[in-house]
Amino acid sequence: MARCSWISQAARIAWKDLHIEGRSREVLYTMGFLAALVVLVFSFAFISGQEGTVGPDAVAGILWVAVLFSGTVALSRTFDRERESEAICSLLLSPVPRSAIYAGKLAATAAVMLLVELLLVPLLAALFSAAIWPHALWLGLLLLLGTLGLCSVGVIFSAALLRARSRDALLGALLFPIVIPVLLAASRATAYLLDPAAPDLDPALFWTRFLAAIDVVFVVVGVWTFEPVVTGE
Amino acid sequence: MLSPMPTARKSQARFLVGLLLTMHGFFVVPWLVANAPLEKTMGIVQKIFYFHVPCAWLLMLSTFVCAGGSLAYLFRGSERGDRLAQSSAELGVLFGLCVMVTGPLWARAAWGVFWTWDVRLTSSLLLWLMLIAYGLARRYGGAGGRRLAAAMALFAAADVPLVYLSVNLWRGLHPTTKTVSSLAPGMRLPFFFSLAIFSALWGVLLALRMRVERSQARLVELELAVEDAEGKSQ
Amino acid sequence: MRRALPASRGEPMSDRVLRLVNVGKIFGRHRALADVSLAFVPGRVAALLGPNGAGKSTLLGLLSTLSQPSQGRITLGDEDLSRHSPLRARIGYVGHEPGVYGDLSARQNLRLFASLYGLASAERRIDEMLARVGLDGVRREAAARTFSRGMLQRLALARALLHEPEILLFDEPGAALDPAGAAWLAGELQREREAGRLVVLVTHDLVAAAAIATHLVVLRRGRVTLDETRASFSADEIRPIYEEATRGKV
Repeated sequence: MARCSWISQAARIAWKDLHIEGRSREVLYTMGFLAALVVLVFSFAFISGQEGTVGPDAVAGILWVAVLFSGTVALSRTFDRERESEAICSLLLSPVPRSAIYAGKLAATAAVMLLVELLLVPLLAALFSAAIWPHALWLGLLLLLGTLGLCSVGVIFSAALLRARSRDALLGALLFPIVIPVLLAASRATAYLLDPAAPDLDPALFWTRFLAAIDVVFVVVGVWTFEPVVTGE
Repeated sequence: MLSPMPTARKSQARFLVGLLLTMHGFFVVPWLVANAPLEKTMGIVQKIFYFHVPCAWLLMLSTFVCAGGSLAYLFRGSERGDRLAQSSAELGVLFGLCVMVTGPLWARAAWGVFWTWDVRLTSSLLLWLMLIAYGLARRYGGAGGRRLAAAMALFAAADVPLVYLSVNLWRGLHPTTKTVSSLAPGMRLPFFFSLAIFSALWGVLLALRMRVERSQARLVELELAVEDAEGKSQ
Repeated sequence: MRRALPASRGEPMSDRVLRLVNVGKIFGRHRALADVSLAFVPGRVAALLGPNGAGKSTLLGLLSTLSQPSQGRITLGDEDLSRHSPLRARIGYVGHEPGVYGDLSARQNLRLFASLYGLASAERRIDEMLARVGLDGVRREAAARTFSRGMLQRLALARALLHEPEILLFDEPGAALDPAGAAWLAGELQREREAGRLVVLVTHDLVAAAAIATHLVVLRRGRVTLDETRASFSADEIRPIYEEATRGKV
């Protein structure tokens, strides 16, 4: 029955989150502001007075570190609304398959993060004169794949930490070691794309494919582990 | 219900045998290592390899065993799986510490720097950090801490090849600083003996640790049984 | 899979018995329930009573499938409750918390749950439910977060009843309601019972229990100390029954 299809239920859950976020824009603003600040902090830390800028490697690194740190904010908040008034129980009581809940949450969190990233990239371009336009679409694809990689793991940990007190501290501690490959692949590919002097883009293509493979692995493990982790004891 | 603990004599005998074998091994290993041929370029410093590599392999083994136990725990509610996961994660942290100490020592003595972002050492570092995070999740993850840690272990195991590949390719442009492609004949015996003894130690420690956890669980069971009996009589 | 809705309100939805066999629940070192064997039959309102910490909410949580028993089985008819996810659509549960999204309005909340349960003609049903629980006069865009406790409870009830479940599980539903609301709730429970639904109610209010219960279960320290079915219980009878069942060494 079309009304009950897995996709429509996942979409419904994602839409609910995006609708609520759209009204308050709380996560969007706080995350966006934090991301911009991270970029600034790195600028102050790394730019020496003389040149006033950094190379494409560093710009790529700064972008992805900013995405990671601010993304952790979005991820730790992703189940906040379910926690309030125990709405999570109502979700779990419904006949919706847990994998649809996972997919919906993943989509919604990734969407918010992507929105912030799309604003972050022009900021970087402005601050470091980074060449984002030659491969803008490819850069967008990398952002999508990288964000999916981060969120696929982060949503699981955030769900498991639903009722834990030390949620914020633990989320980063658990997430960061696991997503190092995502960070590596994404920043390497981005560096090649931003480098006007790169001879060819084969490495970037390779890293992009690698990133996609990582995403597949993480989403599979995520779908698998979501149910036991969110249903608790 | 857990079966009663094995009789004191039987289990003591078992552990004594295991421990004796391992300790015996630990007396033999240094002798073998000392008599192993000296490596051409690095000389005596290279001998740290006989300790460093087994520890690194055991770190990886611990991660996979932890993931296996976590799988059983998450999907079949196996408490034994959970105990296995916890014990092997702890051992992984222990052996990982050995890797992280011996690795930089070797690097310093051989190449003058403590850290070179070498593939294997970096991958080991990340694995070690994941197992430490596993421990943190168990302790501070609240009511769902064990499940959180189990999910972490599964991601960590899936991550092992990804980490190795990505770090390897990340450093791909630089020449590898370590080429231990094939062992000279004189080195094989000490190496494999060392590996065997370290693995035996790992196995003994794992069994001991699991036993402690099992005793704990049995104790809780007995406490509950006493409570039940009291409850029934009221 | 389209669910057939009953032709009229008076038709019984099913005659499946909700049965617990030797159910136990352990949280770490603490045993919440032990050796619980009960049968809940449609067309009855079962009141679950007991002192604080007796395990009433835990038991209700097990019946709702939100948690799993450590021992024993729970079956609906002859199907194991925990393994059968479509059975979740048959259950309506109101716990201590309302289980709604504070950022959404009452109507938006119900629309969300209606779509998650795959309900046909949702808008009409939502209008009916809001009218039934007395929330139809509320401003349309008012977020649920702005509601009073009583209004949230009514919304929670609307959420639980929206998909016409055959099993209703309520954990102290009257606690937040004013006397008029409590009287309305009693009437609603009566209606559901007459419609042939299976109702299990956890409550501390003996008078309210007496008014509607036809099945009395008393828990003490995780064990069933009373399991009695009668056509009705009077307010005078119920207090001594309860006190007898909860007497014992402290």
